[in-house]
Amino acid sequence: MILFLAYLAIVLSLGSALLALLIRQQAVLATGFAKALDKGVSLPPAAEKFIADALSPTCFQSRLQQLVFLCLGLAGVSAILAGVSVLLTETIIRDQMSLGLPWLPWHVRLDSLSGFFYLIIGLAVAAVSLFGPGYVKDYDEQEDSFAILGLFTGIFVAGIFMVLLADDAFFFMIAWELMSVASYFLVSFQHQEAANRRAAFLYLIMAEVGAIAIILGFGVIAGFSSNYSFTFDAFRDTDLSVTWASVAFVLALLGFGMKAGLVPIHVWLPEAHPVAPSHISALMSGVMLKVALYGLIRFCFELLGDIQWEWGVVLLIIGALSALGGIFYAMMQNNLKRLLAYSSVENIGVIFMVLGLSMIFLDQGHPEIAALGFMAALFHAFNHALFKNLLFLGAGVIQHQVHSLNIDEMGGLIKRMPHTSKLFLVACMSIASLPLFNGFVSEWLAFQTALRVDVIDNAVLRSLIPVAAAALALTAALAAACFVNVYGVMFLGLPRSRHAEKAEEIKDKGMLAALSLLAGLCFLVGIIPGMVISMLNHVSVQIIGHALPNEAAINWFWLAPVSAEQASYAAPLVLLGVLLAGGVSFWYLRRDPAVAFKRTETWDCGYGGLNHRMQYNSVAFMMPFRRIFANVWELDEKIDKKSSAVPQQVSDIHYQLQVHDHSWRRIYNPIERLVYGLARMVGRLQTGNIRIYLAYSFVTLIFLLWVVS
Amino acid sequence: MNWIFAFIQTLLFIALAPLLVGWVKWWKCRLQNRKAPSLLQPYRDLLKLTHKQPLVSHTASWLFIATPYIVFSAMILAASVVPLISIDLPTAASADVIVLVGFFAFARFFQALAGMDVGTAFGGMGASREMTISTLAEPAMLMAIFTLTMTASSTNLASAIGYVLDQGIVLRPSFVFALFAMILVAIAETGRIPVDNPATHLELTMIHEAMILEYSGRHLALIEWASAIKLMLYGVLISNIFFPWGIAVDFAPSALGAALLWLLLKLAVLAVFLAIAETALAKMRLFRVQEFLSFAYLLGLLGLLSHIILEASR
Repeated sequence: MILFLAYLAIVLSLGSALLALLIRQQAVLATGFAKALDKGVSLPPAAEKFIADALSPTCFQSRLQQLVFLCLGLAGVSAILAGVSVLLTETIIRDQMSLGLPWLPWHVRLDSLSGFFYLIIGLAVAAVSLFGPGYVKDYDEQEDSFAILGLFTGIFVAGIFMVLLADDAFFFMIAWELMSVASYFLVSFQHQEAANRRAAFLYLIMAEVGAIAIILGFGVIAGFSSNYSFTFDAFRDTDLSVTWASVAFVLALLGFGMKAGLVPIHVWLPEAHPVAPSHISALMSGVMLKVALYGLIRFCFELLGDIQWEWGVVLLIIGALSALGGIFYAMMQNNLKRLLAYSSVENIGVIFMVLGLSMIFLDQGHPEIAALGFMAALFHAFNHALFKNLLFLGAGVIQHQVHSLNIDEMGGLIKRMPHTSKLFLVACMSIASLPLFNGFVSEWLAFQTALRVDVIDNAVLRSLIPVAAAALALTAALAAACFVNVYGVMFLGLPRSRHAEKAEEIKDKGMLAALSLLAGLCFLVGIIPGMVISMLNHVSVQIIGHALPNEAAINWFWLAPVSAEQASYAAPLVLLGVLLAGGVSFWYLRRDPAVAFKRTETWDCGYGGLNHRMQYNSVAFMMPFRRIFANVWELDEKIDKKSSAVPQQVSDIHYQLQVHDHSWRRIYNPIERLVYGLARMVGRLQTGNIRIYLAYSFVTLIFLLWVVS
Repeated sequence: MNWIFAFIQTLLFIALAPLLVGWVKWWKCRLQNRKAPSLLQPYRDLLKLTHKQPLVSHTASWLFIATPYIVFSAMILAASVVPLISIDLPTAASADVIVLVGFFAFARFFQALAGMDVGTAFGGMGASREMTISTLAEPAMLMAIFTLTMTASSTNLASAIGYVLDQGIVLRPSFVFALFAMILVAIAETGRIPVDNPATHLELTMIHEAMILEYSGRHLALIEWASAIKLMLYGVLISNIFFPWGIAVDFAPSALGAALLWLLLKLAVLAVFLAIAETALAKMRLFRVQEFLSFAYLLGLLGLLSHIILEASR
């Protein structure tokens, strides 16, 4: 039954892909339906009228789009059901499909880990399919073909589900490639612009390099397994020497890290995410990055055998780099989706850091604390999927209404878009890890893990982990500043452009419902984290082999993962306290109607004429950070001053700021030059002269004959 | 019983906070050879503000009006989880010390947003500067606090303070580092000289005041009171974490009374030091604050490392 639901999710998403292809077949379908009626197919009159209406040229397009997204939404719902039921029943379901290579049928396995990711992805897909119909409604079929968008969205989602089910390397790679290639087409969806094509190509190259690394990683394990079997079961039984296991780990980290967007192999992410349609960026950022995380967990914790603490240190350092680098670069962006993409790098970095902590504790013989870290990492992945989806979908709403993604062209949207602004605020609070919201809980668990460092004997680790905790604290503080800036500049103050001034609240109920669903979950999980954590406990038992030290304390009310004396958090109590304190002060101060507040002019120092240009924009807001952490970015700052006729006075100032990523100049440009140089050297062989080519063949033949003899 | 006591203790916290502000002001005036206002002046100011009609800009949204209540509630919650005169505090279990830092972050998040809401240059400037400073101060504070929590192996403030109390007077190098880090952070976070000047309204130097420039009437009263509670919170944290002696461990009236006296004494001494520092020092340039706070961060980290290397029992 559970497996049926899991398959149903795949079939439904493929179904939505096929349905999308019908978008240009309105005439064919309408005549076909008329013929069927003529031939005497009888339907209830209501159904007949409904279908006839849907097939009429005017509303065929929107009906079909709704149908496609309904299909996708049902796929999401069945994935949620499959995920939750596998987590609650704690079963491991296996199956085989007689597809694939003759001697290697596709192995399928659904266990707690894949069940948990099924849940995350199901939630994201369900929200996106609520959002989709309103978002694509206005697409011009000639320019941006819905058939292509729907086809590849369906294949992409199906590919993700298949990755989670795969239980042999061959099936895994097929599903993985399906996901990568489908998402390439989604990134290049609006291919009319050269920048989008370039971003998509960059993404394809990096995805394929990553895939090669993963294949090699599997190859290393397979080389040591008995009878060269490629099933994960055989991998689990394989014993690798520490050296070879480390080689496989590095390959896997490269491959999965490339997809997850770890620094310095993150550069495709800020290019590719902004150019895809918003609901696709939501899926890529909220979901695809999590699949990379899934891959790494599966590979390292299950297939590789014994974890080494050195791997944990590597993850900790790379994670810290990604977390800090991601948020630093996010702060300097003014394209909202680019900013969110960099912030995904940050969150992935945090997740990998905590995963690294978990590895260290596991190898040092403290599985109960490793379980705590592991759960913190997975919980953060869950939370990130929720709030990052919300942010990307919110960005989609704003792009739809304001026709811009530049945050410095917005402002004052809180009055023009009251619902969207509230939901976006929830997302900002969650990502800034404020108490009462979900981001805080995973952050709290991460700190609790890091604070258990005194059980470790190794002196290097004992001093390294507090430094990592310091980096984590700095990351959280920077994220808060970053999202105060985002929300303040976009939604508050005076409108900074005509578009922002004329923006209106979104009319489409589905889009608002998608945002509300995700925002509600962010809040709910923040108040009652116990419900997710109790599910995560099963995953941890399966992967780490150990549950939380203090399992009894995980209930709906209290969160005390280690022991009640050591650390506890009761979000419902905190919420009650806030409501009580806020309510009493509000009621007490508001009781006298004579002192109700009065609306007046803003204070303008007595000069008058305040306008929107006088506000801080995001560049100004981030100026102190640019001064303090100047070396983090490659800043290109130009100030042109024109002096006026009056001496000592400036008539005109032009300020230009460009922020570049260090990794381009330090890593990618040298690689590019190297590849280009090599290609030129190889190019010298090719003269285009047939006689030279014949001479090559002749020489090769002679050489081979000499070798053979 | 102890829940009721926790409630009373929180009320006491809230009620005493303006007195501390008045005490600091009194000492500052005396040190600067000025005539000091009455100690009760902050209470009179708050009362006066609550009776005035607040003015709200046309451009302000609901967030501007909600923020004072949010900030005030966050500070009350923070006050409710910090042991004031007794370490038997049931509310401390509902939110540990990481959540306490979270409450501060919550209040600051909304205050910065409210600063940007009206759409003036001052609001944005204050918000930007406040977020810059707190970005540097928050990790430093966490480092200082982690030194305590790792020593006591508990992030619950009440039990951590209880642990330090049990151990008696032990000189821990890590605590010395953490104490200095905490003092530097407290100065930055409560907006005192040399980081910010609570008495200034000069455009170029304002940080906290720039953010709340548009507030008036009861909204301003709430924000001022919340700042007073924040000052007291840092004072109580410093005195009860690093010098917990005198705090009550049970509810015997004599112990509670003695604890209250001890607390007032400790706070009074701390406030005198603050007043002396504020009189003797000049305000720093904004871009010197980073050095000040990186120093605090470094001290916090050194404290943590010296705990792990020198003190942990292995």
